[in-house]
Amino acid sequence: MADKHVSERLIALLSGRGEDLGAEWAEKVTGSLGGRVARAEVERELREIYAALVAALSDGSVDGYDEAFGEVRALLTELSRNRALQGFTPTETAVSVFALKQVLEPSLVGEDSDADAYLRFAALLDTLGLFTIEVYSRTREELIAAQAEQLLELSTPVVKLWEGVIGVPLVGTLDSARTMVVMEKMLQALIDTGSEQAIIDITGVPTVDTEVAQHLLKTVVAARLMGAECTISGIRPQIAQTIVALGIDFGDIVTKSTLADALRHALRRSGTTVSRTAPQAGAR
Amino acid sequence: MTERVPILRIRQVLLVSIQTDLDDQDVLLLQDDLAQAVVDSGAHGVVIDITAVEIVDSFVGRMLATIASLSRLLDAQTVLVGMRPAVAITLVELGLSLGGVRTALTLDKGLRMLEDDRVERGSEGTAPDAVAHA
Amino acid sequence: MTGPSRTSEVLEITTTAGVVQARQQVRVLAQQCRLSLVDQTKLITAASELARNTLVHGGGGTMTALLVEERARRGVRLSFADHGPGIADVDLALTDGWTSGTGMGLGLSGSKRLVDDFVLDTTPGEGTTVTITKWGR
Repeated sequence: MADKHVSERLIALLSGRGEDLGAEWAEKVTGSLGGRVARAEVERELREIYAALVAALSDGSVDGYDEAFGEVRALLTELSRNRALQGFTPTETAVSVFALKQVLEPSLVGEDSDADAYLRFAALLDTLGLFTIEVYSRTREELIAAQAEQLLELSTPVVKLWEGVIGVPLVGTLDSARTMVVMEKMLQALIDTGSEQAIIDITGVPTVDTEVAQHLLKTVVAARLMGAECTISGIRPQIAQTIVALGIDFGDIVTKSTLADALRHALRRSGTTVSRTAPQAGAR
Repeated sequence: MTERVPILRIRQVLLVSIQTDLDDQDVLLLQDDLAQAVVDSGAHGVVIDITAVEIVDSFVGRMLATIASLSRLLDAQTVLVGMRPAVAITLVELGLSLGGVRTALTLDKGLRMLEDDRVERGSEGTAPDAVAHA
Repeated sequence: MTGPSRTSEVLEITTTAGVVQARQQVRVLAQQCRLSLVDQTKLITAASELARNTLVHGGGGTMTALLVEERARRGVRLSFADHGPGIADVDLALTDGWTSGTGMGLGLSGSKRLVDDFVLDTTPGEGTTVTITKWGR
């Protein structure tokens, strides 16, 4: 078995310089990370990977996706995830693997050079390097998805404006997903606060497309089914134009130009009267 | 496994609270029972509480709309109370807006709605009521 | 990693009680799949409409329910099959408000809006199969 032979020679190559090689490897990696990870930490990580690598090679395999490399991949996954979460670049992550190649290079010079083994080993390290980058990007994607979700939560507050009146101030671009989140949150808030009036204020929304307008309409109808009334306020002229141009019928849904007008309307409907007290200071 | 939904009478209001997952026959039975009860009791209002209901499909939706129309013919107002947000969203998506059915957030608000109605109607001055109040 | 991942359950729908059972079975699956409350409600409502169609228009039939996994997303897939008269004009049957008799004519068109995937397979005289899928978000 050729693989068996190659891996034996690789083990010889790796263990030949033992500690020496490990230290050099750690040195290179620490340097490229600009001291943002402690040397001791890097050494610990690499020593584990090194040990797992030698163990895998003694199983006679040089294929990075082989079962024998399960432990190596697990360690690299952990390393990549940590680097990704700490904000390192993909290069700074993969260097942990690729640096080993550079460290081994000098072994090729001289009498005991073993080009064949080195090439096989380089191919193995390439595979593992790509693996770390894959894990890295997957972790980043998860991070971005989680942040997008948090942002969605943050950007859709439902506030109590008055006893029995809640407000949903929308700011920024509305897409279908976000509008749906708002819709559900607002309807739940009606129940939680026992409010019969809701105001959806879209002053901070630059544009509205058909789908979003439809979602807003559906929200209003759903609220009615639950026994509450919605008022939409802050429709900008451009949005009004869009709504008319798209032929969307807002039917008998009450719209007001400002949040203040909408609140006055909601209060009147809920039977609350607001009156200005006589200007005492002036009428002395 | 046919089960009858109890219809309670509180003064001039009939109260129905749906607590279980009804099959279509139970739903039709409830519709008939309720129409009969409105006639027998002379109630002026019907409150249907669906706080516990997790699903309203087009069949139940049609029953609710029918009850509302029926009771209107029999001179009673129907108020549907306690619809859950998820149910409301689903009904809208399904294409049912239950036009003509009045709704309220809670049982309490629904009962008050019927009371206010009665006061309004009473103030228009129907003779028997006026005598009764005097 | 494509296609059915669990054993499917087959439910007979021959009475109105079968429609209730269908709803309950779908609820259990939807919860296992961790669908949001709104998505659960939409799926169960769609199942209720289609199960009733199977019973009323198809003269009874079956519901096959299973959890599916595809490209790292999970969903619930339901298949309603009957050997009834089938649907002659599919486009018409999917129009809002069109009804062959009982109901409000929202069964097919409405349940289509409530789910992510909707496949209608019908042959006049042989029967109808409607397969729907709701994916977790």
